[in-house]
Amino acid sequence: MSTLEEVRASSPVAPIDVERVRADFPLLERSVHGKPLVYLDNAASAQKPRVVLERLQRFYTEINSNVHRGVHALSQAATEAYEGARETVRRFLNAGDVSEIVFVRGATEAINLVASSFGRQHVGAGDEVLITTMEHHSNIVPWQLLCESVGAHLTVVPVTDSGQLDLEAYGNLLTERTKLVALVHVSNTLGTVNPVKGMVALAHERDIPVLLDGAQAVPHMKVDLQELDCDFYALSSHKAFGPMGTGVLYGKHKWLESMPPYQGGGEMILSVQLDKSTFREPPGKFEAGTPSVAAAVGFAAALEYLEGFGGFDGIIAHETSLLARATHGLQQIGGVRLFGTSTCKAAVLSFVTDWAHPHDLGTFLDQEGIAVRTGHHCTQPLMKRFGVPATTRASFAFYNSLEEVDTFVRALEASREFFGA
Amino acid sequence: MSDLRELYQELILDHGRKPRNYRALPDARSADGYNPLCGDEVHVFVKLDGNVVEDVSFQGQGCAISTASASLMTQMLKGKTVTEATELFQTFHDLVTGRKDDEESRNKVGKLVVLLGVRAFPVRVKCATLPWHTLQAALNEKKTPVTTE
Ligand SMILES: Cc1ncc(COP(=O)(O)O)c(C=O)c1O
Repeated sequence: MSTLEEVRASSPVAPIDVERVRADFPLLERSVHGKPLVYLDNAASAQKPRVVLERLQRFYTEINSNVHRGVHALSQAATEAYEGARETVRRFLNAGDVSEIVFVRGATEAINLVASSFGRQHVGAGDEVLITTMEHHSNIVPWQLLCESVGAHLTVVPVTDSGQLDLEAYGNLLTERTKLVALVHVSNTLGTVNPVKGMVALAHERDIPVLLDGAQAVPHMKVDLQELDCDFYALSSHKAFGPMGTGVLYGKHKWLESMPPYQGGGEMILSVQLDKSTFREPPGKFEAGTPSVAAAVGFAAALEYLEGFGGFDGIIAHETSLLARATHGLQQIGGVRLFGTSTCKAAVLSFVTDWAHPHDLGTFLDQEGIAVRTGHHCTQPLMKRFGVPATTRASFAFYNSLEEVDTFVRALEASREFFGA
Repeated sequence: MSDLRELYQELILDHGRKPRNYRALPDARSADGYNPLCGDEVHVFVKLDGNVVEDVSFQGQGCAISTASASLMTQMLKGKTVTEATELFQTFHDLVTGRKDDEESRNKVGKLVVLLGVRAFPVRVKCATLPWHTLQAALNEKKTPVTTE
């Protein structure tokens, strides 16, 4: 079982034991402005379980050294840990081969890599790159830069009032000029889970490759890359309970093999002569310079931690209750407008109120120890689509409790009084 | 008073809800200000009669702090010379950023003191100063938008 729909449609799955889970995350114990922290900014960055912190500590106290460079014991141990992390990522995402897992800085760099390398190779004057209105800026700007430099056009799938993609428009926008579809798996602002498997299949019927931005999917649901059959998949470790500074570009071997390098430098070469160099096979070809080895190793610890739940069903069951309770709570208050009301969405609530600007609300909630994000969430075109400059966003993770949802809803009610509505 | 109530005094909430001089001024000098952190924007219009601010107004979308700051600014500037306006901004800036806090400065900025609650909220200081930076740009006929960066 993997998708949100499937879990929700099935007989009740036992949700995870939140209190036990919370004990695994040291940061959740702290207080802010004298109140217990209620961390609802998980879509921006998630907290790290102790096993990740310990893995980082162990890396730096026991095997820290550079990878792929030394015959000495430490370098071999670091290389083994790093390549082991790559295998963990492959297993977690069910990629076909470990050579398809490229470590990068994060989702942003993964997308830029594809735009620079694959983009320049396959997209030319008059061609089109198809994105959607709900993309994060990191899946818009690299394509704008590419299109500008090669004379291609960006085409855009519109978003409906409930925050879903207009699939009919999508079908029509796939033309013989479309050279790539770049699409978000789960929207960081709306929570919408896009029907990416079908969308990939439709593009493939026309031989159009698809890049999925999975930054917000990986922390919430099983991602099976062979089942999705996408050509590229981008993600960030820090949003999936791993360290900052690393992330993954998955690319099908047939693309990575023929794509030119993204950056040049050490590690990525076979041999360098002053007039010409030859490059390693993927993924090495795309990993110039010393990678964020400790972060990659820590990320593997985060994924192993998630594997410890024996699948996402219990996590999804719990996050579904969080979302339902929070949605209900907000609707009860009145004067709240929610963005993203798809029935298939992750536990993200974006809203505006008729009593305070998101920025003011954010400051109020912060004083209550509640961390939310306010602003455009790096999705300005989406904000424009809904006619608002900013929203307040509460984004949940599996370690959030139902009591925290209640605290959040009560604080919102109090803010209404405070701002005099 | 709690820090939060100090930040959101009644006068601020009032100006935030019902901003004064919220309109465009045709044929005036104008400038745009952006806060990329939150997506807020403010457009300031200023009309000079020689060296004197004849009229000043603003439009835009922003939080209570930036809206109130812009609204109060427009009320205070009418009739002031450009030099006086610049001095007022300088004094206000010194106060909100905590560089100064003396009786003379406080007297000088008059009712703008209600905005000094932002000092307990460092990330919000830019909300209070953005309209003023934008005014400066309008006076100097600066074409590139102002940002809080
Ligand atoms: C949907 C989505 N894509 C991409 C990114 C970029 O991730 P990063 O900043 O870690 O590269 C984010 C982060 O907010 C995101 O939410």
